[in-house]
Amino acid sequence: MPTIQEDQQPAGVSRRAVLTGAASAALIAVSPAARATMSEMDEAIAAFTKGAPIKQGGVKVDIPILLESGNSVPAVVSVESPMTVADHVVKVALFNEKNPMPQIAIFTFGPKSGRAWVSTRIRLSDSQKVVAVAQMSDGGFRMGMIEVIVTLPACAEER
Amino acid sequence: MARALVNVPTKVKRGDVVEIKVLISHPMETGFRPDPNGKFYPRDILKSFACTYDSEHVFSAELFPAVSANPFLSFTVVATQTGVLTFSWTDDKDQTQVQTAKIEVE
Repeated sequence: MPTIQEDQQPAGVSRRAVLTGAASAALIAVSPAARATMSEMDEAIAAFTKGAPIKQGGVKVDIPILLESGNSVPAVVSVESPMTVADHVVKVALFNEKNPMPQIAIFTFGPKSGRAWVSTRIRLSDSQKVVAVAQMSDGGFRMGMIEVIVTLPACAEER
Repeated sequence: MARALVNVPTKVKRGDVVEIKVLISHPMETGFRPDPNGKFYPRDILKSFACTYDSEHVFSAELFPAVSANPFLSFTVVATQTGVLTFSWTDDKDQTQVQTAKIEVE
């Protein structure tokens, strides 16, 4: 009858190696999911402005502060500008903090737009900040932001 | 491609700032939505929109998955002359849909 030795180990794998392996696998499992982090939004804004400084104010983002659903959120962006050939808004970009992608939309205007104003509907995956950055015809940038609460986020359920 | 609704006032005064509304039916599939098998539905969005007034650019937009299904856009144009507004949407497969509307300036 074969005897069982107490210190017998399976070939080449120690109990400690198995445990540490399992612990590191668990760490990988809780690593960040696919969503835009604060720094991702900052990176996207920096890519849009090409690192130029941004002045606060002059840009208004209008979104209802408390939202029942994030699937279709009415958003209005307006920039204070005379909208003449000499002084107008060239582009307005909308960014978010927590969606899978930090960009929402980039609007391009011209002096023929009359007003630097746009209204659209967006998706928000969570309660978060929405930032609008405007590029002026003199090359300067301005920004405005709003913080909104979403009770039922977009992407939370099957459509 | 899809059904589009365009709202342009037909008769306006010269120099008026006119509000234009456009709506197009499109699912705007984000590419981040899981299907029952745990894979993701492939991304299919309208990536750009442009509006020209007698072939002069007035407004355009680059769209990302964070724009809602059936994208709605509203913007303004200065009515300078009687002419044609052309609206075009382009999707991920580079298919373009074009819609036109007449604007009459008094």
